[in-house]
Amino acid sequence: MQVDIKTSDIRPIRQTFSQVARRIGGDKPASRYQEATLNLQAETNFHYRPLWQPEFELYDKGRTAIVMADWYAFKDPRHYYYGAYTTARARQQEGADKQFEFAEKRNVLGSLEAATAESLRQVLVPLRHYEWGANMNNTYCAAYGWGTALTQACTFAAMDRLGIAQYISRIGLLLDGNVGSGLEAAKREWLEDPAWQGVRRVMENLFVTKDVFEVLLAQNLVFDGLVYPLVHRHYEQSIDLRAGQALAMLTTFISDWYDETSRWVDATVKTAADESAANKELLSQWYGAHRDEMVRALEPLATLALGTDTGASALHQVRGELDARAAKLGIKV
Amino acid sequence: MTQPVFIALQTTDTGRSIVDAIVADNPLAQAVEYPAMVKIDSPGRLVVKRGSVEERLGRRWDVQEIHLDLISLAGNIDETDEEFSLQWRKA
Repeated sequence: MQVDIKTSDIRPIRQTFSQVARRIGGDKPASRYQEATLNLQAETNFHYRPLWQPEFELYDKGRTAIVMADWYAFKDPRHYYYGAYTTARARQQEGADKQFEFAEKRNVLGSLEAATAESLRQVLVPLRHYEWGANMNNTYCAAYGWGTALTQACTFAAMDRLGIAQYISRIGLLLDGNVGSGLEAAKREWLEDPAWQGVRRVMENLFVTKDVFEVLLAQNLVFDGLVYPLVHRHYEQSIDLRAGQALAMLTTFISDWYDETSRWVDATVKTAADESAANKELLSQWYGAHRDEMVRALEPLATLALGTDTGASALHQVRGELDARAAKLGIKV
Repeated sequence: MTQPVFIALQTTDTGRSIVDAIVADNPLAQAVEYPAMVKIDSPGRLVVKRGSVEERLGRRWDVQEIHLDLISLAGNIDETDEEFSLQWRKA
């Protein structure tokens, strides 16, 4: 008897969901990112308007003055949807945990000179409150923004900020031998030290800023664009001379994260600016106002971190770099 | 006459991005779809470029990762950090 092995070609009836097919031009295979992003925002059949804001729908494009013909024009260059995002972060966390474990075992931060440890307590550890504030602002954008393409990336950014706050807290705990007194002292710095009051005031003003895209731009482009290079580059490099790379090892995730997330922030702002001249005008206005205010707020912190002269020149350099970055995105600086 | 080369890849999320990149970088290449597989024929030479795949994937992509989605191929392989190419070397 002869056995014939036949292959039969079974084609799926549909390649993707119809709401995705409508966007990518026909029924063809879509990527996971597209399927987990496109046309997912709830648009109709809201029974009630929110009691606290009857002029808006529950999800409303009007919560920002930025006007987009299509809110799904925002593409995340990292293609992060839930699956890809969690996989990437899990891998990064594993690496970071190893470094913290090593630091704990060798007591690398415990052996620092008293002055260096005190400087870290004053400059780096209070940043956990800054990160929490950034978490609040990104959560606000995720809650009141419109369109999954934008809001899901804001949710990821918000979660990342909590993670970074935790890493900074762990550095604080390594410094004080796990008793927590360093974290309490850092909170007092954040609440009372004159060097931090400017940053805290700007952050708290952002909490009550209503325009979703303004908050996104101010927090993720301007504020982070100044704070991250100032603290995580200039200040940490100055500390490395005294701490022998111990700190750099523990903040690897933070600087990697900043480089990665900047790609998303840049793509988002550029998409909004390219949409229309009116958007560009508005973004430039917001950018200018927030940059001036934030640079002013950071002056005392730069002095605390790097000393009067180096602090001022580092802040000046950071500001110049941010302006160059913003100009590339179509913002008039 | 130049001998054709081919590469067959699984139709996965990553695989599809690689196929897109190949088709864009090799104007003469022709992709034929089979169940769960795409076979790409190209006369003479076929190249997979790291940059083009990364652009479509939205993440860093090591050229060696191609082996995760590779089913079969024909041609002599030339691998660098930047690209993976197939062609028949003259004897």
